[in-house]
Amino acid sequence: MGGLYRFIPLMVVAAPPISFSNRWLRSMVGFGVVLLVLAGLWEGYKLLGRTDLPLPVRADNRSMPHLWDIVRSIFEPARRGSEETLGWVLTKASLVTFREAVAGFLAGSVIGLGLGLLFVRSPLAERGLMPWVVASQTIPLLAIAPMVVLWAGKYRLPLWIPIAALAAFLSFFPVTVNTIRGLRSPSPTSAELFRSIAASPSQEFRKLRIPAAFPYLFTALKVAAGASVVGTIVGELPSGLPDGLGRQLLTFSYYYSSGPEKLYAAVLFAVLLGLTFVAVVALIERLVIPPTRRVAQ
Amino acid sequence: MTSVMVSLRGVDKVFPRRKGASTVALEGIDLEIRAGDFVSLLGPSGCGKSTLLRIVGDLLEPTAGTVTVNGKSPSRARHDRDYGMVFQQATLLEWRRVLGNVALPLEVTGMAEPQRSERAREMLKLVELVEFADHYPWQLSGGMQQRVAIARALTLEPSLLLMDEPFGALDEMTRERMQMELMRIWQETQTTVLFVTHSIPEAVFLSTQVVVMTPRPGRVAGIVDIDLPQPRVFETREETKYFDKLVEVREVLRAEEE
Repeated sequence: MGGLYRFIPLMVVAAPPISFSNRWLRSMVGFGVVLLVLAGLWEGYKLLGRTDLPLPVRADNRSMPHLWDIVRSIFEPARRGSEETLGWVLTKASLVTFREAVAGFLAGSVIGLGLGLLFVRSPLAERGLMPWVVASQTIPLLAIAPMVVLWAGKYRLPLWIPIAALAAFLSFFPVTVNTIRGLRSPSPTSAELFRSIAASPSQEFRKLRIPAAFPYLFTALKVAAGASVVGTIVGELPSGLPDGLGRQLLTFSYYYSSGPEKLYAAVLFAVLLGLTFVAVVALIERLVIPPTRRVAQ
Repeated sequence: MTSVMVSLRGVDKVFPRRKGASTVALEGIDLEIRAGDFVSLLGPSGCGKSTLLRIVGDLLEPTAGTVTVNGKSPSRARHDRDYGMVFQQATLLEWRRVLGNVALPLEVTGMAEPQRSERAREMLKLVELVEFADHYPWQLSGGMQQRVAIARALTLEPSLLLMDEPFGALDEMTRERMQMELMRIWQETQTTVLFVTHSIPEAVFLSTQVVVMTPRPGRVAGIVDIDLPQPRVFETREETKYFDKLVEVREVLRAEEE
């Protein structure tokens, strides 16, 4: 390894590292290939459904609509007699959900970061509170969602607040855990170095621990972004909020038998929303952290 | 002028372990290091040489005995920033460029900007890496990283440079180059060096004095003065006297094993 390492400066001079657009192109191609494989598996499974083989999940058009039917439904009217296409309805719903998810994500990240900082500073607080933090994540979100919505209703809070709170509830945890890990990631030798130059604890924190925690933090933020979308949708279900993706999912599952492809389309939008959110966080990460450090995790 | 830089009197270090047992890392260490000398602590692993270095550098407290550095307590000396430390791993901050890494100690002391970078650049000149100021640590070889670490350790003009097996992770060729480099830097800066190693040739080539240590418990087995001519150069390793000194150090080590 030492030998290889010494060639790195040479390589930097001789051949520039893969450029941003090149790498982006490659990951897009990879994404497309996986997408094709998944589509092939889906339709392949449906082909198997035509044989007499006993299949674990039924492959008829009601259980598994053809992919082209799902895609086509996006461009067709959402309801009979309506001008609006399903795609437009779902886009509007996604934007509502996205706003709630962002609010929840921000709240969850701040809480998660705060708890992480507290636990690193105070081992007593960590010992006392960490088990509760872990336990909080085992509570079924679906069970507490109606309660939270009810409580918020009692205080006449706008509907998006309990929904964002549920998103925050899911997203704070990875941030807490990774903040702790990140702040503790510097080697004992690095700590000795700071001690040897008589750095104050706050200097050690600012110049060593916080920058060291950044890659960990962004990994957590990406997980939190995805989790906040899940939390938002689950929160929307009992809230009666008419505009979000959660409500659309609920509606389309009621009318599943008459239009299964619409539910699948709604699920697709939920997935795309989560992916977009994670991609936005990843983009911010790119701007904040120099390229060489993103390899962490 | 042969003033005393470091003085250790009856230093013990005991590490407590579980169930009341304990490990005696150092026992009855008496040692004096003259200002301007290059002193190596040499011994097999587990002989407490790194522990001793950390006690001098106020990274560990001795269990018993007294330590003075520049006539002060190690803690006082550390807060006066009398120390520069270099570890086996370069421990550069990977998110900072080379210049930023070298400037770190200056930043900690609160030196303002134009002077800070100027000073850091001077130190990079000293280790002949000034053209790499804007590189990131991962773009440098292991030897270059260690030179950056040396530059960083010297930025505050420490009176005592503490080095904990700084070349231990390097290959033999790089290691010999780094030894020459260190000799040049030592000549230029006139700082006192306390150097931990388990390589006999390295200790003999670099040092004015080799402190031979033995393990379990860590004790000083003997001190060998290395009166080879200064400056040490490539040919030093080919001199008869160099071989004599290798043999002398080796015999101190062997005498203890029997």
